[in-house]
Formats: sequence, structure tokens, C-alpha cells
Amino acid sequence: MRVKLTIQRFNPEADLKAHPRDYTVEAGRETTVLLALLKIKAEEDGSLTFRSSCRASICGSCNMQINGVQKLACNTSVFGELDRHGKIVIGPMANMPVIKDMVVDMAPFWKKIRQVTPYVVSHHQNAPIPTAALKTIQDDLHNADACIMCGACVSACNSLEVSPEFIGPAALAKAYRFQVDPRDEIGTKRLQSLQDDHGIWDCVRCVYCVQVCPKDVAPMEQIVRLRRQSIESGFTESIGARHITQFVKVVGDEGRLNESRLPFLMLVTNLRKLIRMVPLAMKMFFRGKAPMPFGSPPPGHEVVRAIFKGRRK
Amino acid sequence: MKYAYYPGCAAKGATPELHQSTMKVVERLGIEIVELEAFNCCGAGVIGEADPDLAYLLNARTLATAEVLQLDIMTVCGTCQGVLGGANKALQKDEALRMRINLELKKSTGLTYNGGVKVKHLQWILVKDFGLDALKALVTHPLTDVSIAPFYGCYILRPASSAGFDDWENPVSLEKIIKALGAFPVEYEGRTKCCGFPVLLEKEALAIDMVEDRVSDAKAHGGDAMVTPCPLCHMGLDFNQERAEKKHQEKAGASSKLEMPILHLPQLVGLAMGFSSEELGMKRHLVNPAPLIQKIDAS
Repeated sequence: MRVKLTIQRFNPEADLKAHPRDYTVEAGRETTVLLALLKIKAEEDGSLTFRSSCRASICGSCNMQINGVQKLACNTSVFGELDRHGKIVIGPMANMPVIKDMVVDMAPFWKKIRQVTPYVVSHHQNAPIPTAALKTIQDDLHNADACIMCGACVSACNSLEVSPEFIGPAALAKAYRFQVDPRDEIGTKRLQSLQDDHGIWDCVRCVYCVQVCPKDVAPMEQIVRLRRQSIESGFTESIGARHITQFVKVVGDEGRLNESRLPFLMLVTNLRKLIRMVPLAMKMFFRGKAPMPFGSPPPGHEVVRAIFKGRRK
Repeated sequence: MKYAYYPGCAAKGATPELHQSTMKVVERLGIEIVELEAFNCCGAGVIGEADPDLAYLLNARTLATAEVLQLDIMTVCGTCQGVLGGANKALQKDEALRMRINLELKKSTGLTYNGGVKVKHLQWILVKDFGLDALKALVTHPLTDVSIAPFYGCYILRPASSAGFDDWENPVSLEKIIKALGAFPVEYEGRTKCCGFPVLLEKEALAIDMVEDRVSDAKAHGGDAMVTPCPLCHMGLDFNQERAEKKHQEKAGASSKLEMPILHLPQLVGLAMGFSSEELGMKRHLVNPAPLIQKIDAS
């Protein structure tokens, strides 16, 4: 069957901006998007440029946007896409500069990976290998070691779209992988560096990275684990950390979230930010949208307090 | 059709118009509800960041309460749906987890959850349980000539393993509802993205940029209003629009306005059923919905 592929083309030497171009190619049930692209390149247009290597979802080089979603071309069926979307539109990964067609500049990606010290650091060269701990490390890794560095999560990240400095899901999942390694000795230092602007607290928890990862690394879940580690290690002063600790406090007390009390508790250590919220708080108040911050708690709070009390034990 | 109604913190707190409009709409639809009046917070994913088992306990209590009533749960919040629904699927699937949570839940509350409850958002109930034809039959004031931009937000779609009603890559249920009400669904890229609300206090600039992106995208594609199944998205897009507009004007010029009313899903349904904007609590919105209401009245 002849199938149409709409491919975003961009040649920096000839084009001012990217433009779509249609190709038709013979495809069957077994045809992957990568096979279709290779066929177009071989038979129709040798200038079409994309990365690929293993054709088996291992090397991670052929990630691109297929119908707006980050996918490995070698692991994506042409017919499957037609069934799901009724069309095949292909473009390069987002959140990275395009070099040509589907080839993006991964330099910023690698720079951010390097930023988290993505290797075991031990100051004791002759330290005995913690064999027992290494046997159970697999449970603690939560698949964070399965990353093939394809860039899908970075391309899909909603936070990176507006905050390009954000260190991003791939680097943070990599950081987590070494945080739980029993041989590593710089855990606290690594965590400290992730508290900075554009570290772990820039994640908006949109779940895109979890969804697009071809290897189920679930970067957002690893970011959540880094946040939990941070709070447990005493990094509790950032507003991000206070969001979690004060949220738990309010719900533990009232059984529900009180949208007036939480912002106050979160920002009480940062008066400038607290004052900035006053105009919005006033508007909410006058429209009956600001719950009483310190009124009597709603029904059900006693049961929730019992749950929290049991948990503390 | 009868459900245990789980309002969630927002509908009983900063977005009371969501509860108000839900009540109007379910009554007109003839859906019977038993409100879980002593409900607790689902944790919104935040309590799970601190202590996953604590979040499971809170949600297991909600589920066990509905199980005693022998009712499935109706949610009206995309975030509650994602978190409570996700916890439900995990507790149903993982017996060891359920046993561990039940042991603790029984000690503190006397309740246990056996996995017999389904959690459904009003959006899903309208499309599947109630049905779009039945919904169309109750439309007395079709929203002809009005373009509505559907805004799904995150948790009603992702992770697909626990949400699973719509295809997360290509969701259609809001579009179907918008069409059933006689309006035109706007196609735009931002409909499945984050509204920025979760980081509003810690990363204000980032959140405002997101609001500007979503609203200007919907506006550029002809939206008269946006509709969302999540009150957190409503807060993100409504409360912060004034600040996002300033950002927008830096980019697009001082005369460029956002002025995009953000509707809760039951408010849009209610308008098509002939309820007034006052009855649906729209006076509480920060972005004035009057131009939209005038357009609806004119058509």
C-alpha cells in the first residue's frame, strides 16, 4: 500500500525556516517509520537527513516527533500510526536546535548530563566492594539505569519549553541512578547542586517524560525520588521543598488542602514573594474564592488525623 | 445512574463555582449522587512525593468509603481523577500493596478496601455512561457559532497506564462533548500540556510563561473560551491570566489582549442547558466571561 509521509525539512544553507514536504512510499504491516525514511532516502531524495543506527531500540539515535509525539522511528509502525492518527507527520525532536531535517544538536543535552556528575565517585580507592548492597541495587534503581540517551524526555518536557536552562528529565534520572549507588560518596554534594535554580524544583510533573520514554525509565518518578531524598537530607528551605512539607502539614491537620493557608506557609520565609501574592489573594477573597485560613476544619479531619498519627508511628 | 460524588479540595475551596455548576448539571441530567461529605484530599501527587504510602492510605480511605456505599466514584477534578484513579488501579492490581495499606488503614480508621470501586471523571461519565445522544437531547440552548478550546491538562490523560480513557496522544472526549453542545472545538497544540499551576509559587515566571503559551495558542486558533475538566488548570489559566497578558503584550504588542474566559466543564454543559452564568457561578471568575455570554445569547 502507498502511504503518505509529511516530513518537516530544513536545510540551514538554503532555507530560512522549516517547511513540510510530502513523500509517498510503499509500506506494509511490517514497515517501521525508520524503514520508510531509509526507503525515501535511498529511492527518492538522498538529501533527507536523519540519525539512525541499530534499528532495534537500543542505540537511541532515531528519536523524532512522529505525529507530535517523541518516538524511536525504528520502533514505530507506519500502519500503527495511521490507525492511531490517520496521518504520518514527522519532525525533529523539540527543545533542541535543529541542525538539518531530523538531526538536532544534542550538545546541550550532553552538557546537562555531565553537570550531574554521572558516574560513581569514591575517595577510597581500595574500599571493599559492597557486594551485598550491589545485589539489591536493582530494586532501588527503579529502572533509572535503562536510559539509552535518546532525548525523548527532554524533547517532550513542558518545563524545558519555557525554561531552557532547566537541567531536564534525562540528566535528573541519571543523577538519581548514581544517588542510589552504594559505592558513590558524593550523594549530598550532588543533591545540593540540584537545589539550585533550574534543578529538581523546575519540574512541573506534567508526566510527558514518563509517557514518551521508550525504556520505561520514568524520569519524573526519579525526580520525585530526588525531591524526597533532598527533604530527608535536610534540604527543606526552598519553596519547592516547602510546597511538599507544608502541603502534608495542612492536609494532616485539616484533612483537605486549604488554598489560603498553603501559600502563606510556603512563602512565610520569603516575604518579598508573599507580598507579591497579596493582590491575587485580595481578588480571590472578594470573589469568594479564598477559604478561611484558620477556621474550624471540615468534616472528616479527625479520621485523617488518625491516619497521619498511625503513619508517624 | 448513581455515583459517590468526590468533590475534591478545589471544588470546596478556591473554585466553589465548580461544585455549584456540577450540582446544577447532574440534577438536570438525572444522575443521582451521594456526596462524600467527610472526604479527604487525594494528595494531588504532592503527598505522594513525601510519602507514597500515606497518599495510598488517604485514597484507600476514600475508595473504602465508596465501597461501603456500593457505588462507583464520580470526580470533577482532573488531578483528583489522576491521583485517586491511579491509586485505585495500583491497589486493585497489586495485592501485596493492598494488604499492606489495608493493615494500616484498618488500624487507624477501621476500614478496608477490597478493590471493588471504579473512579470516573464527569467528563468520562458524560461520554460513556450517560452518552452523547442523551446529552444532546438535554441541550436547549445550543452553543452555535461559539468556538471552544478544549484544555485537558495532565492527569486526566497521563500516565495512560492509570488514566486510560482517552488515547493520550489524541484525546477526543472533550471535543465530542463540545460538539454535542452545538459548539465548535478548536484544534491547537497546547490542549494536552501543563497549565503551570503546580509551580506557581516556587517558579512564578515559568508558570506565567506556560499560561501565556496555552492561552495565546488557543486564542490564535480562534477560541472564544477554553474549557477544562480540572479546577487546578482553571486556577492556573484564570488567576494568572492578567500577569500572562503583560508577558503576552511584551511579545505581541500593547494592543494584543488575551481576555480568554476559562470554563469548568460543567459550566459549559450548563450554559447549553439554559442555565444562566450566575447560576453556574461564573461571576467568581477573574477573567470576565461576559463577552462569551453575549456571543452565546446573540446566537
